[in-house]
Amino acid sequence: MNFKFDIAIIGGGIMGCETALRLTEGGMRVVVLEQGDIGQGASGVNAGTLSMQIKRVKLMPYAIKGHAIWEKLGEIIGFHKTGGYTLAFNDREAELLKERMMLKKEAGANISFVSLNQLKEKEPNLANKVVAASYCPDDGYANSSLTGYYYRTRMENAGINYVEKFKVTNIRQTSDGYEVSSGENLIIAKRVLLACGGWMKDVAAMIGEELPIRARINTVSVTERAPKLMSTVIGHATGLLTMKQKPNGTVLIGGGWQGKGTPEEGRGTVATDSLIPNLQLAKYAVPKLSNVRIVRSWTGFEANVPDFYPLAGALPNKENLYVLGCVRGGYTIGPYISRLMGDFILGEEPEMPLFDPSRSFESA
Amino acid sequence: MYDATIIGSGPAGANAALEAHDLGLKVLIVDEQRDAGGQIWRVKSKSILSAPSTEASIKGDALRERLKQSSIEVKFETRVWHIDKNEEKNWIINLVSKDGSHSVLSKALIIATGAQERVIPVQGWTLPGVVGLAGATALFKEHMMVPGKSTVVAGSGPLVFFVASEVIRLGGSVAAVVSINGFSDWIKALPAMVLNPKLLWQGIKWIGDLYLKRVPLYWRHGIRSFEGLGHVVGVNVRKANKKWYLRHDPNIFIAADSVCYGHGLMPSIEASRLAGAVHTYEPALGGWVPFTDENGRTTVPYLYVCGDNAGILGAQAAPHRGRLAAYAMVEDLNETLPEDLLAKRKAEKKLLKWASIFGKAATGLSILQPGAGGLISKQTEVCRCEGINRLEIEKEVKTGALSPNAVKSGTRCGMGPCGGRFCSESMALITEQATGKTRAEIGLPTARPPLRPVAMDEIAKDLNYDDLPIPGVSPL
Repeated sequence: MNFKFDIAIIGGGIMGCETALRLTEGGMRVVVLEQGDIGQGASGVNAGTLSMQIKRVKLMPYAIKGHAIWEKLGEIIGFHKTGGYTLAFNDREAELLKERMMLKKEAGANISFVSLNQLKEKEPNLANKVVAASYCPDDGYANSSLTGYYYRTRMENAGINYVEKFKVTNIRQTSDGYEVSSGENLIIAKRVLLACGGWMKDVAAMIGEELPIRARINTVSVTERAPKLMSTVIGHATGLLTMKQKPNGTVLIGGGWQGKGTPEEGRGTVATDSLIPNLQLAKYAVPKLSNVRIVRSWTGFEANVPDFYPLAGALPNKENLYVLGCVRGGYTIGPYISRLMGDFILGEEPEMPLFDPSRSFESA
Repeated sequence: MYDATIIGSGPAGANAALEAHDLGLKVLIVDEQRDAGGQIWRVKSKSILSAPSTEASIKGDALRERLKQSSIEVKFETRVWHIDKNEEKNWIINLVSKDGSHSVLSKALIIATGAQERVIPVQGWTLPGVVGLAGATALFKEHMMVPGKSTVVAGSGPLVFFVASEVIRLGGSVAAVVSINGFSDWIKALPAMVLNPKLLWQGIKWIGDLYLKRVPLYWRHGIRSFEGLGHVVGVNVRKANKKWYLRHDPNIFIAADSVCYGHGLMPSIEASRLAGAVHTYEPALGGWVPFTDENGRTTVPYLYVCGDNAGILGAQAAPHRGRLAAYAMVEDLNETLPEDLLAKRKAEKKLLKWASIFGKAATGLSILQPGAGGLISKQTEVCRCEGINRLEIEKEVKTGALSPNAVKSGTRCGMGPCGGRFCSESMALITEQATGKTRAEIGLPTARPPLRPVAMDEIAKDLNYDDLPIPGVSPL
């Protein structure tokens, strides 16, 4: 084997690709290894919500930066800044909303509380059952389906090597780096970055690293084209609903309702008993959805660790082994935290702190 | 809880149900049609009940009568929108009908959803007046209607000749028959067809009738484009070669106000894919089929397939395949199969073997040849739901989208209400040409529910808000 990469990045989603771009700018020779297609995992099947109101308080500064990156890309990835409302349907939820949004506001998000009249004026199709609502003018969405196209094209232009259908089956540490193999195929690299989302736990185990990762299986549904029903991103105080209507009239419904399956089994499947309440909640919020047809429901894996903060940094037991993922809000934050990660691997001081993967995990 | 649920009650599904029922299982049939019989033995609409019976309607009536005499539970005009499993590994089959939605539990599931037609899109194919060959047969069987005053019938396989003869039988006029197959292809299929003299005689009669009526017959010709503004007014036809490449000859224009057009049948595999079965690409069986043993067992426990959705072998083979699937299911549920059924199984297998030879010969005429993808011109709309043409798909492939999921994500091809049922075949043909990869390498997009679009109201009943199962609040 006469060629050797400076780094092999395992996982061709937003984080893997964006880090690859940063490292290439920094002069490294990078290869991205993707088990399926570029940008077709969680990066390509999530609901595309870019909402400050659903971001965690401590991650808000990262979300604001990430949001700005998507905004700058604009039409290429289907970015739309529509503003967004988060709804409460009873007093308990109103209380929750108030408490949570105040903290998010203090963390830098441009969030305010609105009167029901203001809400009704902007979103006349919302149910009368709303008792409180918050608003953020920066909220919006991008089209996650275009993630694959976008990163493929950027990596092609940057001359980055990427290999699709490369399912890593073994990683071996050598005297001066790593051998990453998929069956008989072998890639040699000085460094390895694990950025493979829901599959991270298994891949890390190949090199003897135990990461406390659990994969959530989020469900998303899309409707046929419908007359205009909403103009902003609609959320729910508990986080169990995200909804937006695309320019073509289709309505995308998410909220983290759990499907079935595991990353090892493949893609996961839609569970009837969680899909139905997800749709019921959507219909409860916008009753006119009643006659609109659902065209497709699907799932994607979201990796989390017990404290629901990112893993972003070097693994302590082995040299030149890095991990990036479990971001919680990875679609919004992904491009930004990946650039930080790139800087870190290049030996530069990142603009904001990373998240040490060897910290002790306590449940949030 | 049912022992067995059977989706589809054509000749395969209905016979599977009858056999399972006779063997003591608690059986449920679900079918989106008004009654049993499937596409081939389709039930007539009320307005034409007095019309003369055909062989298909007689066979269908007999089957329907047998089902009525049994105590098999049936749910007609009911669609399956999702197939799921509970923790005990029983099937959850989610249904929707005009009475709303509900789900049933079943220990085993037999999928007998039949076939759907393959239409290779060419310029102008979306014009009103152009209908699929199989769609046309449904029109004949259910309503005894012809598609227009003057009809061109075009495409591949025996259906072309059946449709043309039906148009004439029902009082219509056939402007021309355009078969991409050559007469020699038929001669080659002859030895297999001799096995079923009745059907062979039928075929000869169809073709003979066309000659008698002096219908222009274009052997080994293909449609280059459909012409018309707002409605089809005719087709441009060109001579083809054996591999379905059209020659660079001048177009032959044939005027018509309607065209029946199609390229054989493809197995309807959405349900078996949603249920998680492994599928393989088998051109001789019509395309992608569930991987099964010779009894119709799939790679998923307690999931069976029979009939054309397991590979296009036609109506003759279907009842045998249905019964074999029923035996396999009984064997798995009871962990044994009694001696007499082993003998019956052997007999059914023998009958199936003979019927398959004929079915395969007919299917063979519609195996896509290398020139098939080239029939789709650059500007031809491939995805009707989203208005995507060939050029847009090729561009996406050029940027590196090499799988159906990637092409779909980048272009929206297949993301509309049809769920890719009509366009994923064309998308694969285009990808095949653009990349040189085989159809098996290209694969299929991921199967997703619902199997057909369902209104929110149909599946998500109004909510008593306090009953909403809120699992918890997302971390702050």
